Amino acid sequence: MNKRIIYEMKGMYRDSFRITGYEFGEGEKSVCIVGSSRGNEVQQIYCCSQLVKKCRQLEEEGRIKEGKRILVIPSINPYSMNIQKRFWPTDNTDINRMFPGYHLGETTQRIADGVFREIMDFQYGIQFTSFYMPGDFVPHIRLMDEGYSSTELARSFGLPYVVVRKVRPYDTTTLNYNWQVWNTQAFSLYTTKTSNIDRNGAGQAVLSVMSFLSSLGIVKYSGPEPAISRVVKDVDMISVQTARSGIFEPLVKAGERVAVGQPLANIVNPYDGEIMETLFAPTDALVFFIHNMPLTYADTAVIKLVRI
Amino acid sequence: MVKTIASVGLPVDEILEIKKNRLMPKEAAGEMKRISIVTGIHGDELEGQYVCFELQRRIERDREKLAGIVDIYPAMNPLGIDSVTRGIPAFDLDMNRLFPGNIEGNMTEYLAAGMIEDVAGSDLVIDIHASNIYLTEIPQIRINELHEEMLVPLAKETNIDFIWVHGASTVLESTFAHSLNSTGTPTLVVEMGVGMRITKEYGNQLVDGILHVMHKLGIWNGEVKEPKKPIISRNPEDVSYLNAGVGGLFIPAVKHGKELKKGEVIGQIVDPLLGCVLDEVKAPVDGILFTIRDYPIVDEGSLMGRLLKKEACRYE
Repeated sequence: MNKRIIYEMKGMYRDSFRITGYEFGEGEKSVCIVGSSRGNEVQQIYCCSQLVKKCRQLEEEGRIKEGKRILVIPSINPYSMNIQKRFWPTDNTDINRMFPGYHLGETTQRIADGVFREIMDFQYGIQFTSFYMPGDFVPHIRLMDEGYSSTELARSFGLPYVVVRKVRPYDTTTLNYNWQVWNTQAFSLYTTKTSNIDRNGAGQAVLSVMSFLSSLGIVKYSGPEPAISRVVKDVDMISVQTARSGIFEPLVKAGERVAVGQPLANIVNPYDGEIMETLFAPTDALVFFIHNMPLTYADTAVIKLVRI
Repeated sequence: MVKTIASVGLPVDEILEIKKNRLMPKEAAGEMKRISIVTGIHGDELEGQYVCFELQRRIERDREKLAGIVDIYPAMNPLGIDSVTRGIPAFDLDMNRLFPGNIEGNMTEYLAAGMIEDVAGSDLVIDIHASNIYLTEIPQIRINELHEEMLVPLAKETNIDFIWVHGASTVLESTFAHSLNSTGTPTLVVEMGVGMRITKEYGNQLVDGILHVMHKLGIWNGEVKEPKKPIISRNPEDVSYLNAGVGGLFIPAVKHGKELKKGEVIGQIVDPLLGCVLDEVKAPVDGILFTIRDYPIVDEGSLMGRLLKKEACRYE
């Protein structure tokens, strides 16, 4: 294992801002795995820490194929993590909206540039990322519909779902998009949680990355038989929206199968406890995403379902 | 006449409402032109608040001179303004990356769509910003090159100092102005002053300009001042960006709007712990400093200013 600093910037009153990478194996740049880019992505850094542990073990046991190199960067934003703020401490910009970066640009553009120079020419890229809305997910791989990455390859992670999403204007500055511009097959891995650690979810994420690396012949790893991923388009998901704001009382969990007409959540009046609204399943489906904060707003897609 | 253009109930005993005030001639007759003054999409930019007030004050003073419709939207992001937050609180989303929105979408998309629906069809929209809390700007209008032909002639009538035609960028396609401009509603984006503050002088300058352009459009029959002739930059190469080479405390030496010679010191970045100068920010070429850093704490890479090269300082 080679632990090295990928990018460093001097702070004024804080310790230097450092991005640290862990390299395993030697040779061609095969796979790069990036963890948290936002300060609240705790599950994402945790997953990477478990991957570092696993890759170290594989390397010590000689199970990384000769000529293949794996780089794991658990966090590209330790400054924000240490103050528990989602975006950059001083100007609230999002590093994952700054790629490919610019070395003479603003602070987060420089950070993105410093990281991207190191990771742009890997064959495969995996980013542990999070949704802009707080909630729990069924673990899945997400890729863009106009991208360079292959849906078939995404299936080799062995996660239950592969989501193909439509590219939107703001996607053009994400790491995933820019990796693909530079011919890296890039995959975003959404695990179960963001701001909390879910050990089982992290274990599943580690297994899925091992399954992916093993299918490419980069590591020798015999895990459990991976799931056969189902490919769904984000536009085909069914959004269940609130009509009222209030206390959000979930009645189901992510990953649960629900029958048409089944109550999914209540919106409760925060003053008198009366149920103002019950959200029902419009069809037989699986709960793919569910809001996980105690309050919710009206007109918000708090639950996303996939048809079974 | 105050009207709510979009509203949504919040979880605990509060309704979020986006409001506008419509001013019309007392005796309205036939088809009238309409100008919309929009501000507060970013909750930390307050320069437009004064403009909304002062424009209405002047119109009310000579109400009989009003010949068209003036719609004032002072707070497109009311929760942001009230909580000193740039984006939409709770969502941590930049409202100016959500347009055109979706009337069937979630709360933020619904609000964005409601705003577009109400403003669309105006003969002119002026969307007033104030850079952010870090930078101070001379009064300027920024125009996406895709809409240059439609907007530059209108921008020239608004009494601002500078028109900056910048390159198209995919990310900017989700802004309020782009959504309106690309569907035929001319929208000018004003940047002036600094976040969280009011620069009365700039506000008055812009109000003079708005009344002038209203006069041109046939919305205002009162007396107006001849607008300033703005410098127009149409080439991205005309602008130099000055970024901090080190983090520290920025002590400016000049004010924005100043003409600088190459090598002239704009400010120093110092270390208060050791009492030493870490770096000097200098003009890389002769030009006009149209943006300067206002917030003193800087990281490596923080934007310290923007300079319009002297040879590009053209009046058309």
